[in-house]
Amino acid sequence: MKAATEELRAAPTARQVQLARWTSPGFWLTVVAVALIGLWPLVTGDASLRETFFTALLSLALASSLNIILGFTGYVSFGHVVFFGLGGYVGMVALNQGVPLWGALPLGGLAAGVLAYGLGAAILRLRGSYFALATIGVNEALRAFVNNFPPFGGATGISLQFSVYKSYGGATNALWLAYGLLLTACVAVILLSYAVKTSKFGLGLMAIREDEDAAEVMGVVTPNAKTWAYVLSAIIPGIVGVIFFFKNGNIEPADAFRLQFSIETIVMVMLGGQGTVLGAVLGAVGYQRLRGFLLTYPPVKDLQLAIAGGLLLLIVLFIPAGIVGLIRRKVPALRKFLV
Amino acid sequence: MLLELNNVSRSFGGLHALSDVTLTLPQGEILGLLGPNGAGKTTLFNIINGVYPPSAGRVRFRDQDVTGKKPYALAHMGLARTHQIVRPLNELTVRENVMVGACFGHERHTLGEAATIAAQTLAFVGLAERAEQLAGSLNVAQKKRLELARALAARPVLLLLDEVLAGLNPAEIGAMVEIVRQIRAQGVTIIMIEHVMHAIMNVSDRIVVLEYGRLLAEGTPAQIANDPKVIEAYLGSADMAQDLQSQVNYHPVNGVACTQAQA
Repeated sequence: MKAATEELRAAPTARQVQLARWTSPGFWLTVVAVALIGLWPLVTGDASLRETFFTALLSLALASSLNIILGFTGYVSFGHVVFFGLGGYVGMVALNQGVPLWGALPLGGLAAGVLAYGLGAAILRLRGSYFALATIGVNEALRAFVNNFPPFGGATGISLQFSVYKSYGGATNALWLAYGLLLTACVAVILLSYAVKTSKFGLGLMAIREDEDAAEVMGVVTPNAKTWAYVLSAIIPGIVGVIFFFKNGNIEPADAFRLQFSIETIVMVMLGGQGTVLGAVLGAVGYQRLRGFLLTYPPVKDLQLAIAGGLLLLIVLFIPAGIVGLIRRKVPALRKFLV
Repeated sequence: MLLELNNVSRSFGGLHALSDVTLTLPQGEILGLLGPNGAGKTTLFNIINGVYPPSAGRVRFRDQDVTGKKPYALAHMGLARTHQIVRPLNELTVRENVMVGACFGHERHTLGEAATIAAQTLAFVGLAERAEQLAGSLNVAQKKRLELARALAARPVLLLLDEVLAGLNPAEIGAMVEIVRQIRAQGVTIIMIEHVMHAIMNVSDRIVVLEYGRLLAEGTPAQIANDPKVIEAYLGSADMAQDLQSQVNYHPVNGVACTQAQA
C-alpha cells in the first residue's frame, strides 16, 4: 500500500491504461450491419423495400439522437419531434428560396441546434418529470406558433415547388436521393452516439444521469454539459427533418410537431436499452417491425398506439434497462460487446 | 490560510442550522468536526463546497472569495468531498466512477490519464479487483471506499470527509483510518466529520465542536476531551457527565469509584 501511496501523487506517465475506444467489435458490427442492410434497396432498386426501410431508418436516427439526452444524460424529453419539425420547416423555406439541398440540410440542423441551446438554458434546470412536462409544453407551443406564422404557411403549411426536384433529376430520383441521405445520416448518428458515449464529455453526461448533485460536486459543469448534450441530440432530427419533408414534398404543423412521434421514439429507446448505442438502434428497428406487423394484421390494426403505450408500461415496470441493458446486466461478459 | 469562514450563518426557514461560525484552516492540517446530530456539521460542509450559499458571512478558499460559487467551480479549485450517505454512480463501473473525479475535478485529466489515476487510486483504497464491477453492486464498506477514491482521484488540495467511518465494522474502521493517515501524509488538508471518537481523537490535529449551529469549543484533541462544555453537549448535564466519568474510572480492584472523578 505504501508504494501505491507514493504513486498516487506522481504524475500519470503517458497512457498506461489503454482505453479501447474505437475498437469495440459490437459497435463496428452495428455500423456495418446498418450500412449493408441499408444499401440493399439501393443495390436492388426495390422501391417498396426502400419505403419500408425509410421509415425504419427515420426511427433509428430519431431514437439514436434522443438517446444522447434521454439515455446518456437521463433527461426524458417528449419534445424531440420539435427539432424534426423545425428543421423540416427551415429546410422547406430554404429549398423554396432556391437554396440547394446541401445548404438546406445544415440550415435545418443549425436551426434545431440553436433552438435547443436557447431551450436548454431555460428548461434544463428542471429535473425529472418537470423537465418532461416542459418539453411537451414546448412542442405544443411551437405547433400553435407555426399554425399562426404566415412565413411558415400557417395552418396549411408549405409545399415544395416542383422545380426544386428538377435540380435533383426529377421526383423519382429525389426519392432515392432522400433515402441515401437518410442512410448516411443514420450511420453518422451511430458514430456520433458512440463518440459521445466513449468520450470524457459522455462520462460527464452519464455522471449527471446517475446523480446530478454528486456529479456537480465532482466538478462536472452540469449546466454546460446538459445544454451541449441537448444541442447535439437536436441537430440530427433537424437535419433528418429536412430530408423527410424534402421527400414528402409538403409540410404542415400537424405532421411536423406530432407529439405521438416523440412518444414512440421514447418507446423505441426504452425498448432497446436507454444509454446504449446498440439499444437505440435495435429498439428503433424492432419497434418499426412490430408496428408494421400490427398495422397490417387486421384484428389489431387500430390498436397500434394502445399497444405501444402498453409496451412502454411493461418496459418501465419490468425491464427499465431495455433489452440491451437487460443482457448487459445478466451477462457481464457481453458488456464490452454491447456498447 | 487555505480556508477561512467569516461569520457564516445559514437558516432553513425558521431553523438556524448555522449561526455566526468563524473558522480558519491552515494548509496541511487535519481538522476534526464534532457535534451531536443536527449540530450543523453537514450544513457546514455543504456551504464550504457550494451546495448552497450561506445566508450571511463569507467563505474564502485559497485566498479567493468563493461565497456562492457552484460546487463544480470549487471542485476545479481543488476541493473534494465524500458524502455521509454514499452517492455512487450505480450504473457506471467502479473505475468509471473514479475516472469522473479525475476527469472533472481539480486537475481535469483526459480519459487516458484518468484511467491510470483511477487504477492507482483504486489500488490505494483496496478496490482494485472491483474496478470493472458496477458501483451499485458494492457493499456499504466498499461504497465508502469508492467515495473516498473518487474524491482522491481529483487530487484535491482540501478534502472534506463526511463520516467515512460510519456503518463500518471495527476491522474496516482500522483500515479506513490507515488510509486517512496516508492521505494526510501526502499533504492533503482534511476536514473530517466523525462520530467514532477514538478515530477522530487519534487522527485530528485540531477539533472544532458545533452545537445547535454554533461553535461550542475548539482545541487539540486532549483539550476537547476534557472540556466540560463538550461533555455536557454530548451527555446532557455536567453532573451526569461526572457520574459517567466516575463509572469509567471505576476501579475494579478495590471496588470503589475513584474519588478524583467525583471531585
